[in-house]
Amino acid sequence: MRGEAGVTEGRPVRRRFAIVARYALLTVLAAIVLFPVYMAVVGSLLKTEQITSRPPTMLPTHPTWDSYSTAWSAGHLATYLRNSAIVAVIITCGQVVTAILAGYAFAFLEFPFRRTLFVVFIATLMVPFEVTIITNLNTIVSLHWYNTYAGLTVPFLATGFGAFLLRQAFLGIPRDLQDAAALDGYGHLRFMTRVAVPLARPAIAALAVFGFLSAWNQYLWPLLITKNDQLRTVQIGLRQLRATSIEQVNVTLAGVVLAALPLVVLLVVFQKQLVRGLTAGAVKG
Amino acid sequence: MTEAARGDVDVDGAGIAVSLREVTKTYDNGVMALGPIDLQVRKGELVSLLGPSGCGKSTALRIIAGLEAPTSGTVRIGSRVVNDVEAKDRDVSMVFQTYALYPHMSVQRNIEFPLKSRGMPRDERATRVREAARGLGLEGLLDRKPAQLSGGQRQRVALARAIVRRPAAFLMDEPLSNLDAKLRVQTRAELIELHRRLAATVVYVTHDQVEAMTMGDRIAILDRGVLQQIGPPQAVYDEPANLFVAQFIGSPSMNTIGARVVADSEAVAVELPGARIMLPAPTGAAVARAGADDVVLGVRPEHVRIDGGQLPATVSVVESLGHERHVVCRLDDGTMVIVREAADASPARAGDAVGLSVPSEHLHVFDAGSGRRVAV
Amino acid sequence: MREAGLAYALVLPSLVVFGAFIFYPFVRNFYLGFFRTPPFPGLPKKGVGLTQYREVLTSHDFLNSVKVTVLFAVYTVPTGIAAGLGLAVLAHQKLRGIGIYRTIFSSTVATSVAVASVIFGTLLNPNVGLLPWLGLQTNPSILQNPSWALLAVAITTIWQNLGLSFILMSSGLQAIPDELLEAAQIDGAGAWSRFRNVIVPLLSPTIFFAVVVGSIFAFQSFGQIELLTQGGPTKHTNVLTYFIYTTLQQQQDDGKAAVLAIALFGITLLLTLVQMRLLERRVFYAR
Ligand SMILES: Nc1ncnc2c1ncn2[C@@H]1O[C@H](COP(=O)(O)OP(=O)(O)OP(=O)(O)O)[C@@H](O)[C@H]1O
Ligand SMILES: [Mg+2]
Repeated sequence: MRGEAGVTEGRPVRRRFAIVARYALLTVLAAIVLFPVYMAVVGSLLKTEQITSRPPTMLPTHPTWDSYSTAWSAGHLATYLRNSAIVAVIITCGQVVTAILAGYAFAFLEFPFRRTLFVVFIATLMVPFEVTIITNLNTIVSLHWYNTYAGLTVPFLATGFGAFLLRQAFLGIPRDLQDAAALDGYGHLRFMTRVAVPLARPAIAALAVFGFLSAWNQYLWPLLITKNDQLRTVQIGLRQLRATSIEQVNVTLAGVVLAALPLVVLLVVFQKQLVRGLTAGAVKG
Repeated sequence: MTEAARGDVDVDGAGIAVSLREVTKTYDNGVMALGPIDLQVRKGELVSLLGPSGCGKSTALRIIAGLEAPTSGTVRIGSRVVNDVEAKDRDVSMVFQTYALYPHMSVQRNIEFPLKSRGMPRDERATRVREAARGLGLEGLLDRKPAQLSGGQRQRVALARAIVRRPAAFLMDEPLSNLDAKLRVQTRAELIELHRRLAATVVYVTHDQVEAMTMGDRIAILDRGVLQQIGPPQAVYDEPANLFVAQFIGSPSMNTIGARVVADSEAVAVELPGARIMLPAPTGAAVARAGADDVVLGVRPEHVRIDGGQLPATVSVVESLGHERHVVCRLDDGTMVIVREAADASPARAGDAVGLSVPSEHLHVFDAGSGRRVAV
Repeated sequence: MREAGLAYALVLPSLVVFGAFIFYPFVRNFYLGFFRTPPFPGLPKKGVGLTQYREVLTSHDFLNSVKVTVLFAVYTVPTGIAAGLGLAVLAHQKLRGIGIYRTIFSSTVATSVAVASVIFGTLLNPNVGLLPWLGLQTNPSILQNPSWALLAVAITTIWQNLGLSFILMSSGLQAIPDELLEAAQIDGAGAWSRFRNVIVPLLSPTIFFAVVVGSIFAFQSFGQIELLTQGGPTKHTNVLTYFIYTTLQQQQDDGKAAVLAIALFGITLLLTLVQMRLLERRVFYAR
């Protein structure tokens, strides 16, 4: 027994080394993943004259927040963020409501052509949005929705994916509950709002987070459909910011940080819903 | 740790297949799951690790396997200290409760995998797999995937995968608990046979005492991470080291009756609700030596008789199992005493006032405070 | 049939949106493809039957665009999935504080295409970026360089999608019972063998799925091209969606854009069908 003191006391040396090695590898990889973000944050805190200094500044010793205020007001970031928020919220609400309605019909109601209609819903997943922009642009212009919130949001108020997701969630609700509710004199609308929707909350939350994320990140459509800063979303705003301030990289980077921040907060709060939405949402393609 | 709780094998290590010395385990969340425990398993021996849910059985097994690192203590396989050895390099194999068969591999490939991992040449692998499959009656199933097998067949594939390597020790974590009752009894017998045929060293985790008693050369009883007793099944049954073991082993479990020690110059007696029992001389001496005032008397149901004895009781329920009968009685203070008697014994009926007798040679005496066995 | 009435009322809102903004524009593409847009605005459109389809689909620009898009997918998809899988496996161990690493590895889901592109655009900028300082300056600078531009855009994309890839692979990994990996460990399999013989086969449905969905995503990539290279230099990054966009916005050529859109749809459909076939065949074990 005596010779083994080194083994019996505390963690064995070799195992400890293996653990340190694992942490080291993970930390290096984490640093690589975070590096671009780190550089963006550092860059946003620099003074204009520091930007082109070589070697590049890796640590902001005298951080300045000037570029943030420039980006916020002169760069219209405040307006862009507001527009993005409005657009994303409208789209999210629309998607959730239409998905609940359609999902409920497919899960709980019997009607002629149910299967056919469901196939139609699924078929929408096969058509990339890029394929439809030509005519959609015409449609929006002739509806006088060009450069309006309506133009930015209405085409996205319903998704086949959302209906599919909620149908699945509703199908998971025991039939007995519906029978019990029917005995209690609940009609369909009351059953939907009082029982089905509360029970499907996880799926609804996942859909909402996923919908918000995709709406917030849209690029092609807002680029096509907006023409001035009053309506531009933050993604297009970044493009404008970069174009107008080529010499002011710090302001552009401040804009990037401001544009990303809301999502960082959202995702920290709704991490679980996001993961559920993404893994289900990847189906959408 | 009591004497009885220590592994009763020499320390020098000859003939020992698996040994745990002063092993403890505290999980990251602060749960102290184990120990310190000492356990030696001899070569060719089957030791059952028995205990209630959450007592640390799986933890102990996983520490032996190398899936979990002990917080302190020494683990040996054979004479080699393996604390620092990864699971894959320890010479053990394991059968999991859920079998853990690779769902994407055929039965053949499942059984072959441990050999392949160790770089055994193809021909030798084929021979070994064939042998193992024959031994377990799996020849016809080699091309199937696990999903196409019944529960019992899956279990046998898991066994085949474990034996094909001929390891220094087999570790089994409740391998029968996913089988239905009938299959479980049958497989139990097959396992015992296999153990004998291969002269295999087995550490067998179970929470089923019948399984532990019938299979184990010795059984080790754990409670809350602490080894309570280790020994041959009959010895543990006959002389439980403490109240926990006494009540855990045996079904229906041992009756326990609180009692006061009354000692006069000649003899030691115990006072029960409604009666006083003289203790036989050696027992009495031991009780007197222990100096306890309050004790708990234990007596197995098959040793209590309804024969107009001195202990007054009322029959409350009679359960008939066909071949035997359990008569549930209550003493004056409400303590429950179960009497196990032959089905053809004179029938007692619920409500009857009866007198029970307890042969003093079958009386177990435990210290009421520590729960430890006092006598002899 | 009150129930049927209610049902139709419930699906109607969705159907209106789908009809107006998905099916109608989709079908109209085929119609638009028959008409050639006149060289000067104001002249009437000319019906040319299938001629325009043939011309566009055999044109050098289109074939180049498909080639670039395929190349882009080849650069981004396997690498992105491999990186996500690698990180997921590394982060799938019992270590204190592993949650922090998981959060970091999934963090890029919080970035949009625009955010990622602007950051990388800055880092790769010949004047303020890091490359000259690192001695990696190319001439012409990387985003204007025919040999490097697409690769630079691909790296940006891989980084931006890394979080998604990590999350997808991680949840696939979490669905594999721990006991299987433990059994493999006891069966003598080292880390690589466990990865190769247990993790990858069991994850193969997830991986296939990610390959196909990732390819579909790759074929729809637009923002990073628009922000970083505008299809250049000399169309070396002119992916299909960017081609559609310029045809529509700069050339105002609806007819040609419609044919390109149909091609994009065709490719997506093909990928989806391939996925269905493969998944059908690949779901080779049941739980
Ligand atoms: N990975 C873990 N992390 C933290 N605590 C754990 C872990 N595994 C087990 N425990 C705790 O350690 C104790 C012993 O667990 P163990 O699995 O060894 O019990 P067991 O005897 O095998 O029980 P069962 O019969 O239910 O399988 C329990 O309290 C359990 O909650
Ligand atoms: Mg267990």
